[in-house]
Amino acid sequence: MKRLLPSWFGWPQLDAPLLLGLLVLMAFGLVVLYSASGASMDTVYRQAVRIGAGLVALLILSQVPPHILRIWTPWIYALGVMLLLATWFFGTGRSTSRWLDLGVIRFQPSEIMKLAVPMMMAWYLHPRRLPPDWASIAFALLILGLPAFLIARQPDLGTALLVAASGIFVLFLSGLQWRLIFGLAGLAAAVAPALWFVMREYQRQRVLTFLDPESDPLGSGWNIIQSKIAVGSGGLLGKGWLNGTQSRLEFIPERHTDFILAVLSEEFGLLGVLLLFSLYLFIVGRGLYIASLARMTYGRLLAGSLSLTFFVYLMVNAGMVSGLLPVVGVPLPLISYGGTSIVTLLAGFGILMSIYGHRNFIR
Amino acid sequence: MKVPGLAGRVSAQPIKDQALEARQFGSRALTAFLLLAAAVVLLALRYFYLQVVSYEEFATRSVNNQVRVVPAPPNRGLIYDRRGRPVAENRPAYRLELVPEKVGDLEETIAALGRIVELPPDVLETFQAERKRYRDFDSVPLKFNLTETEVARFAVDRHRYNGIEVVPYLARHYPYGELLTHVLGYVGRLDADDLQRVDSGNYRGTTHIGKDGIERYYEDQLHGTSGVEKIETNAQGRTLQVLGREAPVHGDDLILSLDMQVQQAAWEALGDRPGAVVAIDPNDGSVLALVSKPAFDANLFVHGISGEAYRAILDAPGRPLYNRALLGGYEPGSTMKPYIGLAGLELGAITVDHRVFSNGRFFLPGVSKPFRDWKKGGHGWVNIYGAIEQSVNTYFYQLALNLGIDRMHDYLAQFGFGARSGLDLLGENAGVLPSRDWKRGHLGQPWYPGETVIAGIGQGFNVATPVQLANAVAVLANGGTLFEPRLLYARKPAGDEQARRVAAPVAQQVPISDRANWDIIREGMHRVVHGERGTARAIRPDPPLQIAGKSGTSQVAAQAEDEDMDENTASHLRHHALFVAYAPFERPSIAVAAVVEHGGGGSRNAAPVARAVIEAWLGQAQ
Repeated sequence: MKRLLPSWFGWPQLDAPLLLGLLVLMAFGLVVLYSASGASMDTVYRQAVRIGAGLVALLILSQVPPHILRIWTPWIYALGVMLLLATWFFGTGRSTSRWLDLGVIRFQPSEIMKLAVPMMMAWYLHPRRLPPDWASIAFALLILGLPAFLIARQPDLGTALLVAASGIFVLFLSGLQWRLIFGLAGLAAAVAPALWFVMREYQRQRVLTFLDPESDPLGSGWNIIQSKIAVGSGGLLGKGWLNGTQSRLEFIPERHTDFILAVLSEEFGLLGVLLLFSLYLFIVGRGLYIASLARMTYGRLLAGSLSLTFFVYLMVNAGMVSGLLPVVGVPLPLISYGGTSIVTLLAGFGILMSIYGHRNFIR
Repeated sequence: MKVPGLAGRVSAQPIKDQALEARQFGSRALTAFLLLAAAVVLLALRYFYLQVVSYEEFATRSVNNQVRVVPAPPNRGLIYDRRGRPVAENRPAYRLELVPEKVGDLEETIAALGRIVELPPDVLETFQAERKRYRDFDSVPLKFNLTETEVARFAVDRHRYNGIEVVPYLARHYPYGELLTHVLGYVGRLDADDLQRVDSGNYRGTTHIGKDGIERYYEDQLHGTSGVEKIETNAQGRTLQVLGREAPVHGDDLILSLDMQVQQAAWEALGDRPGAVVAIDPNDGSVLALVSKPAFDANLFVHGISGEAYRAILDAPGRPLYNRALLGGYEPGSTMKPYIGLAGLELGAITVDHRVFSNGRFFLPGVSKPFRDWKKGGHGWVNIYGAIEQSVNTYFYQLALNLGIDRMHDYLAQFGFGARSGLDLLGENAGVLPSRDWKRGHLGQPWYPGETVIAGIGQGFNVATPVQLANAVAVLANGGTLFEPRLLYARKPAGDEQARRVAAPVAQQVPISDRANWDIIREGMHRVVHGERGTARAIRPDPPLQIAGKSGTSQVAAQAEDEDMDENTASHLRHHALFVAYAPFERPSIAVAAVVEHGGGGSRNAAPVARAVIEAWLGQAQ
């Protein structure tokens, strides 16, 4: 009898500790979401459906061996860039052109790039001798720079930075010399002030507000001030689940999306925050461990970059909620309410699972 | 060095050392993990600082946070005429507001609301557009100016609508309606474009902003400064009590120099004919009346005009949206003659004894087509007095040639022709005062002598607005002072007892070589109304009032030889009637310009309008 499935398809070979870590984290997230959405079972249900969709994506991708993925990589990247260009011309959405409306579904092409950029970088570097030479570095920077620019132009600075970071991690993991790393970092720091001049008005406003939130307590400073009050008033043990006054009284805007960590901090206190951080650290650590098991350069670089990028989400979001970083629209990974980001993240972990499952392949 | 291509395999490169790379990766991965562990420690320290070290502070603020800070918009300043009659006031009204985050299914809620409150598609469109500048937990106005029935019906059903409230506010009202629209303009819903030109922080609680006219020009003074209110809220966010407030500073009250009785007289004198009237006090440049007809009721725009009503205004005859007094460009025609005569006297081109024979036709050498007088057969011998009194074209044709276009331009510019007057309304038309330079710059053509000839009677390229015409005649009346006319007479900041006078700035002083020359021109204008053969002798007022004036006709269609314009001419081809005047003759206190579109002759049709305006002003106890 002919097989219905490709020969490489086998029964899931998933990394149990990583999967467990993810499930615990998302379960915790749903509990917090219930409180943050004002005890809306409806919201929790919709989020659960998304998580389900993400898990399906994870299972499917975990069955695609890395070398198949590698062959498809340039095409996926090219598709992503073309979709980004399409948003330039046909984008919809409130004042920004991030969304592409396909009639049935609307989605953000920048989500694809979160996976496609590290994939393309790993694809480009894997046949080369590592650490890469100058020319390879320059070309690699081009690979990540083009989509980052297109996304920043939408304008969506938060996602652009995440996409750029995912690419830079590939370079870092490929063994880039330390003196080069410091050199490039220094260069970036020198160029950063120039960013001010290309920023849109609302982006500048956010930076100014970040520097002095009390300057406009009713306007853009509101988020930061209210979020800090919520976090601080949580104390060591928190006010208890469903008892956060800041969030119940609706002082925190976007409290079930980008600022959900404020609700968690208020209701579960520092202990809850540390538990959350530990979960993230465990997931990222496990991801890096899987990466180091891989025998192929492509899988190794990709797995490492995906894990590190996942952590950047946490850093940026937790920094923003606690007033350490300016407000950029970066969700708390796997916990914030919202569509595409959860599916993308779980798809990324699907790739990690696949690299784990096929760790002994040499092709 | 080999330039790396996009090929998946680069065979020319040295063979990869897999074991070395794996080791390299391992060390990098470990470094990365240690770095991010350090980052987590840093983050944890930040949360420790907020949640443990600063706990007391934030806990206190969190309790206080049941106190919510909301903006308190200032009351818009009122507007009065110079005798204290309110012309723009604030009336208590109710609006429906909605907090998008709290209502659940927005469409369903709006559909349900639509059954108790009238919500036409226009209102919903505006609401959807406006929503974007509010945060989801802010209250967004849905419908303004609810009727009493709507308020009552909502009150009955209120418990069913979470996140929706009826809010009292002050709505702008213009008691004189269309009579003042072209002066006051109106306020309308604040939109994204408006926010570009104001301090958005100060407009956080404001729903309406000046869109046109005085309301727009003096927006900053009328609006005031927003305050904040501290409100204690319950768990649903409903207001329990107001705990304190940083009071808003209300907008300034404005006193306009308009006199509603004069305005009314001008409005009525125009009748059903499209036209404009501007009256200025020549002593201080303050505007006594500014009428443009037809107009529309500005109150329609305050609550958001429906598409249907707006189309009705657009389709109405005579273009009611068009402010003729400010934007209407008319050929000044013979109303220019007094200034050209004055130029001739002052610049020494003519003297008071200089005489010209008018036989009805004036020829330029080498041009076969004659320049005509308005009276067939001409006026015979006339000096400057007669030339103005009877409006003798031939006299001014010759004078214009003697002066030349550039000298004429430079002299007339001192009366404000060809430049915006600086009136305190936006969008003024600058008009045209032609010269060689102007024609070369705008049309790229040389100047022809025939154009100088017709410029001598205010025709050809000349374009002036009613505001310019009135302002120029005010200069003749006051003996040489050109003001930037002002509608604003005084300003009363909130809390002040006394209004503060705002004086019209002087734009320039016309240099005078001999006062007697001015008196000659003024006497000529006096004879236009009071002389035996004065073109406007039909409006001669009862003694002791004496008026000086000058009629003019603004050509609409080119006139064929010997074809007279009369009542049978199709109305849209009929000329515009113009009249400028000032009074009383000895001690002028009002200068007027009246334009009646397609009215025909200036003396017959525009002069009575000017007289009615003058009498309305002088008839009152000063």
